Amino acid sequence: MTAPTTEIEDEPADWASVRGGVGDRIFYGLALGAGCVILAALAGVFVFLAIKGASGFSKPSEVYGPHAESFLGYVFPLLVGTFTASIIALIIAVPMAFGIALVISHYAPRWIATPVAYVIDLLAAVPSVVYGLWGAFFLAKQLVPMHVWLHDTFGSWPVLGALFGEPNPAGRSVLTAGIVLAIMILPIITAITREVFSRTPRLHEEAALALGATRWEMIRMTVFPYAKSGMVSAVMLGLGRALGETMAVTMVLSVGFDLSWNIIATSSPTSIAANIALKYKERSADMLNVLVATGLVLFLVTFLVNFVARWIIGRSERRMAR
Amino acid sequence: MAKSIDVSDVNIYYSDFLAVQGVNMTIRAGAVTAFIGPSGCGKSTFLRSLNRMHEVIPGARVEGKIVVDGQDLYESSVDPVAVRRQVGMVFQRPNPFPTMSIFDNVLAGLKLNSGKMKKSEAEAVVEKSLRGANLWNEVKDRLNKPGMGLSGGQQQRLCIARAIAVEPQVLLMDEPCSALDPISTSAIEDLIHELKNDYTIVIVTHNMQQAARVSDDTGFFNLKATGEPGRLVEFNPTKKMFANPDDPATEAYISGRFG
Repeated sequence: MTAPTTEIEDEPADWASVRGGVGDRIFYGLALGAGCVILAALAGVFVFLAIKGASGFSKPSEVYGPHAESFLGYVFPLLVGTFTASIIALIIAVPMAFGIALVISHYAPRWIATPVAYVIDLLAAVPSVVYGLWGAFFLAKQLVPMHVWLHDTFGSWPVLGALFGEPNPAGRSVLTAGIVLAIMILPIITAITREVFSRTPRLHEEAALALGATRWEMIRMTVFPYAKSGMVSAVMLGLGRALGETMAVTMVLSVGFDLSWNIIATSSPTSIAANIALKYKERSADMLNVLVATGLVLFLVTFLVNFVARWIIGRSERRMAR
Repeated sequence: MAKSIDVSDVNIYYSDFLAVQGVNMTIRAGAVTAFIGPSGCGKSTFLRSLNRMHEVIPGARVEGKIVVDGQDLYESSVDPVAVRRQVGMVFQRPNPFPTMSIFDNVLAGLKLNSGKMKKSEAEAVVEKSLRGANLWNEVKDRLNKPGMGLSGGQQQRLCIARAIAVEPQVLLMDEPCSALDPISTSAIEDLIHELKNDYTIVIVTHNMQQAARVSDDTGFFNLKATGEPGRLVEFNPTKKMFANPDDPATEAYISGRFG
Protein backbone atom coordinates (compact mmCIF):
# COMPACT_ATOMS: atom_id res chain seq x y z
CA MET A 1 0.00 0.00 0.00
CA THR A 2 1.40 3.34 -1.00
CA ALA A 3 0.76 6.57 0.76
CA PRO A 4 -1.56 8.86 -1.15
CA THR A 5 0.58 11.29 -3.10
CA THR A 6 -2.01 13.40 -4.83
CA GLU A 7 -2.12 16.89 -3.48
CA ILE A 8 -4.54 19.50 -4.62
CA GLU A 9 -2.71 22.54 -5.97
CA ASP A 10 -4.34 25.46 -4.28
CA GLU A 11 -3.79 28.75 -2.57
CA PRO A 12 -2.41 28.28 0.91
CA ALA A 13 -5.28 28.11 3.37
CA ASP A 14 -6.11 31.37 5.05
CA TRP A 15 -6.34 30.39 8.70
CA ALA A 16 -6.96 33.93 9.81
CA SER A 17 -10.21 34.28 7.90
CA VAL A 18 -12.55 36.72 9.59
CA ARG A 19 -15.55 36.18 7.34
CA GLY A 20 -17.80 35.07 10.19
CA GLY A 21 -16.26 37.50 12.67
CA VAL A 22 -18.08 40.67 11.67
CA GLY A 23 -21.58 39.20 11.74
CA ASP A 24 -20.86 37.48 15.01
CA ARG A 25 -19.62 40.67 16.60
CA ILE A 26 -22.60 42.71 15.37
CA PHE A 27 -25.02 40.13 16.72
CA TYR A 28 -23.13 39.92 20.00
CA GLY A 29 -23.34 43.71 20.30
CA LEU A 30 -27.06 43.76 19.58
CA ALA A 31 -27.83 41.00 22.04
CA LEU A 32 -25.68 42.57 24.74
CA GLY A 33 -27.24 45.96 24.06
CA ALA A 34 -30.77 44.59 24.36
CA GLY A 35 -29.89 42.93 27.64
CA CYS A 36 -28.35 46.12 29.01
CA VAL A 37 -31.34 48.26 27.96
CA ILE A 38 -33.65 46.03 30.00
CA LEU A 39 -31.47 46.32 33.07
CA ALA A 40 -31.10 50.07 32.57
CA ALA A 41 -34.86 50.50 32.16
CA LEU A 42 -35.51 48.54 35.32
CA ALA A 43 -32.92 50.52 37.24
CA GLY A 44 -34.30 53.76 35.75
CA VAL A 45 -37.83 52.96 36.89
CA PHE A 46 -36.57 52.14 40.33
CA VAL A 47 -34.50 55.36 40.57
CA PHE A 48 -37.44 57.46 39.34
CA LEU A 49 -39.80 55.88 41.85
CA ALA A 50 -37.29 56.25 44.67
CA ILE A 51 -36.51 59.93 43.96
CA LYS A 52 -40.06 61.06 43.25
CA GLY A 53 -41.59 58.89 45.93
CA ALA A 54 -39.09 59.39 48.75
CA SER A 55 -40.88 62.40 50.17
CA GLY A 56 -44.23 60.60 49.86
CA PHE A 57 -43.35 58.39 52.81
CA SER A 58 -43.41 61.22 55.32
CA LYS A 59 -45.93 63.90 54.39
CA PRO A 60 -48.01 65.73 56.98
CA SER A 61 -50.85 63.54 58.09
CA GLU A 62 -53.63 65.56 56.37
CA VAL A 63 -52.20 64.61 52.96
CA TYR A 64 -53.06 60.96 53.62
CA GLY A 65 -56.54 61.81 54.84
CA PRO A 66 -59.37 61.53 55.25
CA HIS A 67 -59.06 57.82 55.90
CA ALA A 68 -55.45 57.49 57.03
CA GLU A 69 -52.92 59.43 59.01
CA SER A 70 -49.61 57.99 57.94
CA PHE A 71 -48.15 56.47 54.80
CA LEU A 72 -48.34 53.01 56.26
CA GLY A 73 -51.99 53.47 57.11
CA TYR A 74 -52.58 54.72 53.58
CA VAL A 75 -50.74 52.04 51.65
CA PHE A 76 -51.54 48.99 53.74
CA PRO A 77 -55.24 48.66 52.82
CA LEU A 78 -54.30 49.23 49.17
CA LEU A 79 -51.65 46.54 49.37
CA VAL A 80 -54.14 44.15 50.93
CA GLY A 81 -56.66 45.04 48.23
CA THR A 82 -54.08 44.46 45.53
CA PHE A 83 -53.07 41.09 46.85
CA THR A 84 -56.53 39.79 47.75
CA ALA A 85 -57.76 40.41 44.22
CA SER A 86 -54.59 38.95 42.70
CA ILE A 87 -54.56 35.89 44.93
CA ILE A 88 -58.21 35.18 44.16
CA ALA A 89 -57.32 35.51 40.49
CA LEU A 90 -54.39 33.11 40.83
CA ILE A 91 -56.39 30.54 42.82
CA ILE A 92 -58.96 30.45 40.04
CA ALA A 93 -56.71 30.88 37.01
CA VAL A 94 -53.67 28.72 37.80
CA PRO A 95 -55.33 25.29 38.07
CA MET A 96 -57.51 26.10 35.09
CA ALA A 97 -54.57 27.29 33.02
CA PHE A 98 -52.45 24.24 33.87
CA GLY A 99 -55.39 21.99 33.08
CA ILE A 100 -56.08 23.65 29.75
CA ALA A 101 -52.38 23.59 28.88
CA LEU A 102 -52.18 19.86 29.65
CA VAL A 103 -55.26 19.09 27.59
CA ILE A 104 -53.81 21.01 24.67
CA SER A 105 -50.33 19.53 24.94
CA HIS A 106 -50.98 15.96 26.06
CA TYR A 107 -54.60 14.88 25.97
CA ALA A 108 -56.65 16.37 23.16
CA PRO A 109 -56.22 15.21 19.57
CA ARG A 110 -54.52 17.82 17.45
CA TRP A 111 -57.65 18.89 15.57
CA ILE A 112 -59.19 20.05 18.84
CA ALA A 113 -56.02 21.26 20.54
CA THR A 114 -54.95 23.70 17.85
CA PRO A 115 -58.20 25.74 17.69
CA VAL A 116 -58.56 25.72 21.48
CA ALA A 117 -55.02 27.04 21.88
CA TYR A 118 -55.78 29.71 19.32
CA VAL A 119 -58.95 30.85 21.09
CA ILE A 120 -57.15 31.04 24.44
CA ASP A 121 -54.47 33.22 22.85
CA LEU A 122 -57.23 35.48 21.50
CA LEU A 123 -58.42 36.10 25.07
CA ALA A 124 -55.11 37.83 25.68
CA ALA A 125 -55.80 40.25 22.85
CA VAL A 126 -59.02 41.62 24.42
CA PRO A 127 -58.26 45.06 25.95
CA SER A 128 -58.63 45.28 29.72
CA VAL A 129 -61.25 48.05 29.43
CA VAL A 130 -63.51 45.57 27.70
CA TYR A 131 -63.05 43.08 30.50
CA GLY A 132 -63.79 45.90 32.93
CA LEU A 133 -67.03 46.83 31.16
CA TRP A 134 -68.11 43.23 30.94
CA GLY A 135 -67.24 42.60 34.59
CA ALA A 136 -68.99 45.71 35.88
CA PHE A 137 -72.16 45.63 33.80
CA PHE A 138 -72.72 41.95 33.16
CA LEU A 139 -70.73 39.56 35.31
CA ALA A 140 -71.25 41.40 38.62
CA LYS A 141 -75.04 41.09 38.33
CA GLN A 142 -74.79 37.42 37.42
CA LEU A 143 -72.64 36.77 40.48
CA VAL A 144 -75.05 38.32 43.02
CA PRO A 145 -76.76 34.97 43.77
CA MET A 146 -73.33 33.41 44.28
CA HIS A 147 -72.43 36.15 46.76
CA VAL A 148 -75.63 35.51 48.71
CA TRP A 149 -75.06 31.77 48.62
CA LEU A 150 -71.45 32.07 49.79
CA HIS A 151 -72.54 34.25 52.71
CA ASP A 152 -75.43 31.96 53.66
CA THR A 153 -73.34 28.82 53.42
CA PHE A 154 -69.97 29.80 54.82
CA GLY A 155 -70.73 33.07 56.61
CA SER A 156 -71.20 31.38 59.97
CA TRP A 157 -68.15 29.10 59.75
CA PRO A 158 -65.41 29.79 62.29
CA VAL A 159 -62.41 30.91 60.20
CA LEU A 160 -63.75 30.83 56.67
CA GLY A 161 -66.69 32.97 57.76
CA ALA A 162 -64.47 36.04 57.97
CA LEU A 163 -64.01 35.88 54.20
CA PHE A 164 -67.73 35.75 53.50
CA GLY A 165 -69.42 38.50 55.54
CA GLU A 166 -72.32 40.69 54.42
CA PRO A 167 -72.60 40.25 50.64
CA ASN A 168 -72.41 43.10 48.15
CA PRO A 169 -75.92 43.62 46.73
CA ALA A 170 -74.54 44.61 43.32
CA GLY A 171 -71.91 41.90 43.18
CA ARG A 172 -69.12 44.44 42.66
CA SER A 173 -66.84 42.89 45.26
CA VAL A 174 -63.18 41.91 45.44
CA LEU A 175 -64.28 38.40 44.54
CA THR A 176 -65.83 39.59 41.29
CA ALA A 177 -62.75 41.69 40.53
CA GLY A 178 -60.61 38.63 41.20
CA ILE A 179 -62.71 36.52 38.84
CA VAL A 180 -62.37 39.11 36.07
CA LEU A 181 -58.63 39.24 36.71
CA ALA A 182 -58.51 35.44 36.55
CA ILE A 183 -59.97 35.49 33.06
CA MET A 184 -57.46 38.14 32.07
CA ILE A 185 -54.39 36.27 33.28
CA LEU A 186 -55.62 32.87 32.08
CA PRO A 187 -54.27 33.20 28.52
CA ILE A 188 -50.71 34.15 29.43
CA ILE A 189 -50.36 31.36 31.98
CA THR A 190 -51.92 28.87 29.59
CA ALA A 191 -49.79 29.92 26.63
CA ILE A 192 -46.50 29.65 28.50
CA THR A 193 -47.23 26.41 30.34
CA ARG A 194 -48.58 24.81 27.16
CA GLU A 195 -45.33 25.69 25.44
CA VAL A 196 -43.11 24.23 28.18
CA PHE A 197 -45.31 21.15 28.59
CA SER A 198 -45.05 20.36 24.91
CA ARG A 199 -41.27 20.76 25.01
CA THR A 200 -40.86 17.83 27.41
CA PRO A 201 -38.35 15.50 25.74
CA ARG A 202 -40.14 12.60 24.09
CA LEU A 203 -37.35 10.36 25.39
CA HIS A 204 -38.34 11.03 29.01
CA GLU A 205 -42.03 10.60 28.35
CA GLU A 206 -41.40 7.26 26.65
CA ALA A 207 -39.16 6.17 29.51
CA ALA A 208 -42.06 6.64 31.90
CA LEU A 209 -44.61 5.01 29.61
CA ALA A 210 -42.34 2.02 29.01
CA LEU A 211 -42.18 1.46 32.77
CA GLY A 212 -45.94 1.06 32.77
CA ALA A 213 -46.93 4.57 33.77
CA THR A 214 -50.43 5.75 32.94
CA ARG A 215 -50.67 9.02 31.10
CA TRP A 216 -51.21 10.98 34.32
CA GLU A 217 -48.30 9.19 36.02
CA MET A 218 -46.15 9.95 33.00
CA ILE A 219 -47.09 13.61 33.28
CA ARG A 220 -46.24 13.66 36.98
CA MET A 221 -42.93 11.87 36.48
CA THR A 222 -41.64 13.74 33.45
CA VAL A 223 -43.72 16.71 32.31
CA PHE A 224 -44.09 18.54 35.63
CA PRO A 225 -40.47 18.19 36.77
CA TYR A 226 -39.28 19.31 33.37
CA ALA A 227 -41.71 22.23 33.19
CA LYS A 228 -41.48 23.33 36.82
CA SER A 229 -39.40 26.40 36.20
CA GLY A 230 -41.53 27.47 33.26
CA MET A 231 -44.70 26.96 35.28
CA VAL A 232 -43.38 29.31 37.96
CA SER A 233 -42.47 31.87 35.31
CA ALA A 234 -45.95 31.63 33.89
CA VAL A 235 -47.58 32.12 37.29
CA MET A 236 -45.28 35.03 38.03
CA LEU A 237 -46.14 36.73 34.74
CA GLY A 238 -49.82 36.17 35.47
CA LEU A 239 -49.40 37.53 38.98
CA GLY A 240 -47.52 40.53 37.62
CA ARG A 241 -50.35 41.26 35.27
CA ALA A 242 -52.94 40.86 38.02
CA LEU A 243 -51.02 43.09 40.45
CA GLY A 244 -50.61 45.83 37.90
CA GLU A 245 -54.05 45.62 36.32
CA THR A 246 -55.83 48.94 36.61
CA MET A 247 -58.90 49.30 34.45
CA ALA A 248 -60.71 46.10 35.27
CA VAL A 249 -60.36 46.60 39.01
CA THR A 250 -61.28 50.29 38.80
CA MET A 251 -64.44 49.55 36.89
CA VAL A 252 -65.61 46.46 38.71
CA LEU A 253 -64.84 47.18 42.34
CA SER A 254 -66.88 49.52 44.48
CA VAL A 255 -64.12 51.25 46.37
CA GLY A 256 -64.04 51.68 50.11
CA PHE A 257 -61.28 52.27 52.62
CA ASP A 258 -62.07 50.03 55.54
CA LEU A 259 -59.80 47.08 55.74
CA SER A 260 -61.62 43.79 56.18
CA TRP A 261 -61.15 40.19 55.17
CA ASN A 262 -64.63 40.04 53.71
CA ILE A 263 -64.04 39.35 50.01
CA ILE A 264 -67.71 39.84 49.11
CA ALA A 265 -68.12 43.11 51.04
CA THR A 266 -70.12 46.11 49.86
CA SER A 267 -66.94 48.11 49.49
CA SER A 268 -63.30 47.14 49.72
CA PRO A 269 -59.93 48.85 49.41
CA THR A 270 -58.95 49.06 45.77
CA SER A 271 -55.57 47.99 44.36
CA ILE A 272 -52.49 50.21 44.26
CA ALA A 273 -52.53 50.48 40.49
CA ALA A 274 -56.24 51.29 40.38
CA ASN A 275 -55.80 53.84 43.16
CA ILE A 276 -53.05 55.63 41.23
CA ALA A 277 -55.27 55.76 38.17
CA LEU A 278 -58.22 57.09 40.19
CA LYS A 279 -56.30 59.80 42.03
CA TYR A 280 -53.91 60.84 39.31
CA LYS A 281 -56.19 63.48 37.77
CA GLU A 282 -57.07 65.30 40.96
CA ARG A 283 -53.58 65.20 42.38
CA SER A 284 -51.84 67.82 44.42
CA ALA A 285 -48.04 67.86 44.31
CA ASP A 286 -47.97 66.18 47.71
CA MET A 287 -50.46 63.55 46.65
CA LEU A 288 -48.39 62.78 43.55
CA ASN A 289 -45.41 61.97 45.74
CA VAL A 290 -47.57 59.69 47.84
CA LEU A 291 -48.92 57.93 44.75
CA VAL A 292 -45.42 57.38 43.41
CA ALA A 293 -44.41 56.03 46.79
CA THR A 294 -47.27 53.51 46.66
CA GLY A 295 -46.03 52.58 43.20
CA LEU A 296 -42.58 52.00 44.65
CA VAL A 297 -44.06 49.74 47.30
CA LEU A 298 -45.85 47.70 44.62
CA PHE A 299 -42.65 47.51 42.58
CA LEU A 300 -40.62 46.24 45.52
CA VAL A 301 -43.26 43.79 46.70
CA THR A 302 -43.62 42.33 43.20
CA PHE A 303 -39.86 41.97 43.03
CA LEU A 304 -39.78 40.25 46.37
CA VAL A 305 -42.54 37.80 45.43
CA ASN A 306 -40.70 36.96 42.23
CA PHE A 307 -37.43 36.41 44.05
CA VAL A 308 -38.97 34.18 46.69
CA ALA A 309 -40.71 32.06 44.05
CA ARG A 310 -37.47 31.70 42.07
CA TRP A 311 -35.60 30.80 45.21
CA ILE A 312 -38.09 28.13 46.20
CA ILE A 313 -38.01 26.55 42.77
CA GLY A 314 -34.24 26.90 42.49
CA ARG A 315 -33.72 25.20 45.81
CA SER A 316 -34.88 21.79 44.63
CA GLU A 317 -32.88 22.13 41.43
CA ARG A 318 -29.73 23.09 43.30
CA ARG A 319 -30.24 20.14 45.57
CA MET A 320 -30.25 17.84 42.55
CA ALA A 321 -27.19 19.49 41.03
CA ARG A 322 -25.07 19.05 44.13
CA MET B 1 -40.18 -15.46 34.78
CA ALA B 2 -39.03 -15.50 31.17
CA LYS B 3 -41.82 -16.02 28.65
CA SER B 4 -41.87 -16.74 24.94
CA ILE B 5 -43.61 -14.49 22.43
CA ASP B 6 -45.68 -15.80 19.54
CA VAL B 7 -46.18 -13.33 16.73
CA SER B 8 -48.65 -14.11 13.98
CA ASP B 9 -49.63 -12.06 10.92
CA VAL B 10 -48.69 -8.73 12.38
CA ASN B 11 -49.16 -5.61 10.27
CA ILE B 12 -48.04 -2.29 11.72
CA TYR B 13 -49.38 1.06 10.53
CA TYR B 14 -48.64 4.73 10.97
CA SER B 15 -52.11 6.11 10.15
CA ASP B 16 -52.67 4.76 6.64
CA PHE B 17 -49.04 3.96 5.96
CA LEU B 18 -48.25 0.26 6.28
CA ALA B 19 -44.78 0.18 7.83
CA VAL B 20 -44.32 -3.51 8.58
CA GLN B 21 -46.22 -6.33 6.92
CA GLY B 22 -46.97 -9.95 7.67
CA VAL B 23 -44.56 -10.81 10.47
CA ASN B 24 -44.68 -14.33 11.92
CA MET B 25 -42.15 -15.56 14.45
CA THR B 26 -41.69 -17.27 17.78
CA ILE B 27 -39.32 -15.57 20.19
CA ARG B 28 -37.93 -18.18 22.54
CA ALA B 29 -38.12 -17.77 26.31
CA GLY B 30 -34.85 -17.15 28.13
CA ALA B 31 -32.96 -16.50 24.91
CA VAL B 32 -31.63 -13.42 23.18
CA THR B 33 -33.28 -12.58 19.88
CA ALA B 34 -31.66 -9.95 17.67
CA PHE B 35 -33.27 -7.98 14.85
CA ILE B 36 -30.99 -6.71 12.12
CA GLY B 37 -31.66 -4.87 8.90
CA PRO B 38 -31.11 -1.56 7.15
CA SER B 39 -32.43 1.71 8.57
CA GLY B 40 -36.12 2.30 8.02
CA CYS B 41 -36.98 -1.38 7.54
CA GLY B 42 -39.32 -1.43 10.53
CA LYS B 43 -37.32 -3.43 13.08
CA SER B 44 -37.60 -0.75 15.77
CA THR B 45 -41.26 -0.24 14.88
CA PHE B 46 -41.83 -3.97 15.30
CA LEU B 47 -39.94 -3.99 18.60
CA ARG B 48 -42.11 -1.18 19.90
CA SER B 49 -45.23 -3.12 18.99
CA LEU B 50 -44.13 -5.89 21.38
CA ASN B 51 -44.90 -3.71 24.42
CA ARG B 52 -47.54 -1.53 22.81
CA MET B 53 -45.26 1.49 22.78
CA HIS B 54 -45.91 1.83 19.06
CA GLU B 55 -49.40 3.20 19.64
CA VAL B 56 -48.05 6.11 21.71
CA ILE B 57 -47.58 7.87 18.38
CA PRO B 58 -50.89 9.41 17.23
CA GLY B 59 -52.53 7.36 14.48
CA ALA B 60 -50.27 4.36 14.95
CA ARG B 61 -51.89 0.92 15.19
CA VAL B 62 -51.15 -2.78 14.98
CA GLU B 63 -53.08 -5.67 13.40
CA GLY B 64 -52.52 -9.33 14.14
CA LYS B 65 -51.69 -11.32 17.25
CA ILE B 66 -48.77 -11.03 19.66
CA VAL B 67 -49.16 -13.65 22.37
CA VAL B 68 -47.12 -13.60 25.57
CA ASP B 69 -47.79 -16.29 28.15
CA GLY B 70 -51.05 -17.26 26.45
CA GLN B 71 -52.36 -13.71 26.40
CA ASP B 72 -52.83 -11.74 23.19
CA LEU B 73 -51.42 -8.28 23.93
CA TYR B 74 -53.76 -6.65 21.44
CA GLU B 75 -57.02 -8.09 22.74
CA SER B 76 -59.41 -5.24 23.49
CA SER B 77 -59.59 -6.07 27.20
CA VAL B 78 -55.82 -5.69 27.63
CA ASP B 79 -54.54 -2.45 29.15
CA PRO B 80 -51.36 -1.24 27.41
CA VAL B 81 -50.13 0.04 30.78
CA ALA B 82 -50.26 -3.51 32.15
CA VAL B 83 -48.46 -4.83 29.07
CA ARG B 84 -45.59 -2.41 29.59
CA ARG B 85 -45.20 -3.55 33.17
CA GLN B 86 -44.64 -7.08 31.88
CA VAL B 87 -42.53 -6.14 28.88
CA GLY B 88 -39.80 -3.67 29.80
CA MET B 89 -37.87 -1.52 27.39
CA VAL B 90 -34.43 0.08 27.08
CA PHE B 91 -34.05 2.86 24.55
CA GLN B 92 -31.44 3.86 22.02
CA ARG B 93 -30.29 6.87 23.99
CA PRO B 94 -29.94 6.54 27.76
CA ASN B 95 -32.92 8.31 29.34
CA PRO B 96 -32.72 8.37 33.13
CA PHE B 97 -35.22 10.80 34.66
CA PRO B 98 -33.22 14.02 34.96
CA THR B 99 -34.78 15.25 38.18
CA MET B 100 -34.36 11.97 40.04
CA SER B 101 -31.42 10.53 41.92
CA ILE B 102 -29.90 7.19 40.94
CA PHE B 103 -31.85 5.59 43.78
CA ASP B 104 -35.17 7.07 42.68
CA ASN B 105 -34.52 6.27 39.04
CA VAL B 106 -34.20 2.58 39.83
CA LEU B 107 -37.39 2.65 41.88
CA ALA B 108 -39.40 4.78 39.44
CA GLY B 109 -41.26 1.88 37.87
CA LEU B 110 -41.77 0.04 41.13
CA LYS B 111 -43.26 3.08 42.83
CA LEU B 112 -45.91 3.18 40.12
CA ASN B 113 -46.92 -0.38 40.88
CA SER B 114 -46.75 -0.59 44.61
CA GLY B 115 -46.97 2.94 45.91
CA LYS B 116 -45.25 3.26 49.25
CA MET B 117 -42.78 0.64 50.40
CA LYS B 118 -40.50 0.23 53.34
CA LYS B 119 -37.09 1.83 53.17
CA SER B 120 -35.26 -1.43 53.75
CA GLU B 121 -37.32 -3.09 51.02
CA ALA B 122 -36.58 -0.24 48.62
CA GLU B 123 -32.87 -0.41 49.38
CA ALA B 124 -32.85 -4.14 48.74
CA VAL B 125 -34.54 -3.73 45.37
CA VAL B 126 -32.17 -0.93 44.36
CA GLU B 127 -29.11 -2.99 45.26
CA LYS B 128 -30.42 -6.09 43.52
CA SER B 129 -31.33 -4.21 40.35
CA LEU B 130 -28.07 -2.27 40.20
CA ARG B 131 -26.11 -5.47 40.80
CA GLY B 132 -28.18 -7.06 38.07
CA ALA B 133 -27.15 -4.26 35.75
CA ASN B 134 -23.48 -4.48 36.78
CA LEU B 135 -23.59 -0.94 38.08
CA TRP B 136 -23.69 -1.42 41.85
CA ASN B 137 -19.97 -1.16 42.52
CA GLU B 138 -19.65 2.03 40.54
CA VAL B 139 -22.53 3.93 42.13
CA LYS B 140 -23.11 2.44 45.58
CA ASP B 141 -21.49 5.45 47.27
CA ARG B 142 -23.52 8.05 45.43
CA LEU B 143 -27.02 6.66 45.17
CA ASN B 144 -28.61 10.01 46.00
CA LYS B 145 -26.72 11.84 43.27
CA PRO B 146 -28.62 12.63 40.05
CA GLY B 147 -28.66 9.89 37.41
CA MET B 148 -27.70 12.42 34.76
CA GLY B 149 -24.26 12.78 36.35
CA LEU B 150 -23.20 9.31 35.20
CA SER B 151 -21.36 8.54 31.97
CA GLY B 152 -23.38 7.46 28.95
CA GLY B 153 -22.64 3.78 29.47
CA GLN B 154 -23.47 4.00 33.15
CA GLN B 155 -26.68 5.83 32.37
CA GLN B 156 -27.68 3.07 29.98
CA ARG B 157 -27.00 0.42 32.64
CA LEU B 158 -29.03 2.55 35.06
CA CYS B 159 -31.89 2.39 32.56
CA ILE B 160 -31.49 -1.38 32.42
CA ALA B 161 -31.55 -1.51 36.22
CA ARG B 162 -34.71 0.60 36.17
CA ALA B 163 -36.30 -1.78 33.66
CA ILE B 164 -35.43 -4.97 35.55
CA ALA B 165 -36.43 -3.51 38.94
CA VAL B 166 -40.08 -4.18 38.05
CA GLU B 167 -39.17 -7.79 37.18
CA PRO B 168 -40.69 -7.93 33.71
CA GLN B 169 -41.02 -11.14 31.71
CA VAL B 170 -39.48 -9.70 28.58
CA LEU B 171 -36.84 -7.02 28.08
CA LEU B 172 -36.80 -5.11 24.81
CA MET B 173 -33.68 -3.20 23.79
CA ASP B 174 -33.74 -0.72 20.93
CA GLU B 175 -30.13 -0.29 19.76
CA PRO B 176 -28.99 0.00 23.38
CA CYS B 177 -25.32 0.49 22.49
CA SER B 178 -25.51 2.81 19.51
CA ALA B 179 -24.75 5.89 21.61
CA LEU B 180 -21.98 4.22 23.60
CA ASP B 181 -18.24 3.74 23.29
CA PRO B 182 -16.75 0.23 22.75
CA ILE B 183 -15.95 -0.35 26.43
CA SER B 184 -19.47 0.53 27.58
CA THR B 185 -20.83 -1.54 24.70
CA SER B 186 -18.88 -4.56 25.84
CA ALA B 187 -20.14 -4.04 29.41
CA ILE B 188 -23.74 -4.02 28.16
CA GLU B 189 -23.15 -7.09 25.99
CA ASP B 190 -21.76 -9.00 28.98
CA LEU B 191 -24.81 -7.89 30.89
CA ILE B 192 -27.15 -9.19 28.18
CA HIS B 193 -25.48 -12.61 28.49
CA GLU B 194 -26.20 -12.67 32.22
CA LEU B 195 -29.73 -11.29 31.93
CA LYS B 196 -30.91 -13.97 29.52
CA ASN B 197 -31.02 -16.46 32.36
CA ASP B 198 -33.91 -14.52 33.84
CA TYR B 199 -35.47 -12.65 30.96
CA THR B 200 -36.50 -13.11 27.37
CA ILE B 201 -34.46 -10.47 25.59
CA VAL B 202 -35.18 -8.90 22.22
CA ILE B 203 -32.58 -6.53 20.87
CA VAL B 204 -32.49 -4.34 17.78
CA THR B 205 -28.99 -3.62 16.54
CA HIS B 206 -27.23 -2.10 13.58
CA ASN B 207 -24.04 -3.82 14.54
CA MET B 208 -23.80 -7.21 12.85
CA GLN B 209 -20.96 -8.39 15.10
CA GLN B 210 -23.05 -7.48 18.11
CA ALA B 211 -25.96 -9.58 16.83
CA ALA B 212 -23.55 -12.48 16.25
CA ARG B 213 -21.97 -12.08 19.69
CA VAL B 214 -25.03 -11.71 21.91
CA SER B 215 -27.96 -13.42 20.25
CA ASP B 216 -29.27 -16.97 19.99
CA ASP B 217 -31.77 -16.20 17.23
CA THR B 218 -31.67 -13.52 14.60
CA GLY B 219 -34.39 -11.96 12.47
CA PHE B 220 -33.47 -10.06 9.32
CA PHE B 221 -35.87 -7.30 8.31
CA ASN B 222 -35.81 -5.60 4.95
CA LEU B 223 -37.93 -3.51 2.63
CA LYS B 224 -39.21 -5.26 -0.47
CA ALA B 225 -38.43 -2.08 -2.38
CA THR B 226 -38.33 1.64 -1.62
CA GLY B 227 -41.79 2.78 -0.51
CA GLU B 228 -42.93 -0.79 0.19
CA PRO B 229 -43.55 -1.98 3.75
CA GLY B 230 -40.81 -3.70 5.73
CA ARG B 231 -41.05 -7.43 6.28
CA LEU B 232 -39.28 -10.23 8.05
CA VAL B 233 -37.03 -11.84 5.44
CA GLU B 234 -35.52 -14.58 7.53
CA PHE B 235 -35.68 -15.79 11.11
CA ASN B 236 -33.20 -18.47 12.18
CA PRO B 237 -30.73 -19.43 14.89
CA THR B 238 -27.90 -16.88 14.84
CA LYS B 239 -25.27 -19.55 14.07
CA LYS B 240 -27.10 -20.63 10.95
CA MET B 241 -27.94 -17.07 10.00
CA PHE B 242 -24.33 -15.96 9.93
CA ALA B 243 -22.88 -19.18 8.47
CA ASN B 244 -25.44 -20.40 6.02
CA PRO B 245 -28.54 -18.22 5.68
CA ASP B 246 -31.57 -19.48 3.78
CA ASP B 247 -32.22 -16.30 1.88
CA PRO B 248 -29.71 -14.78 -0.55
CA ALA B 249 -30.81 -11.28 0.57
CA THR B 250 -29.73 -12.10 4.13
CA GLU B 251 -26.35 -13.27 2.96
CA ALA B 252 -25.91 -10.14 0.86
CA TYR B 253 -26.74 -7.92 3.82
CA ILE B 254 -24.58 -9.77 6.33
CA SER B 255 -21.58 -9.90 4.05
CA GLY B 256 -21.93 -6.22 3.27
CA ARG B 257 -23.13 -6.57 -0.31
CA PHE B 258 -26.33 -4.77 0.32
CA GLY B 259 -28.89 -4.53 -2.41
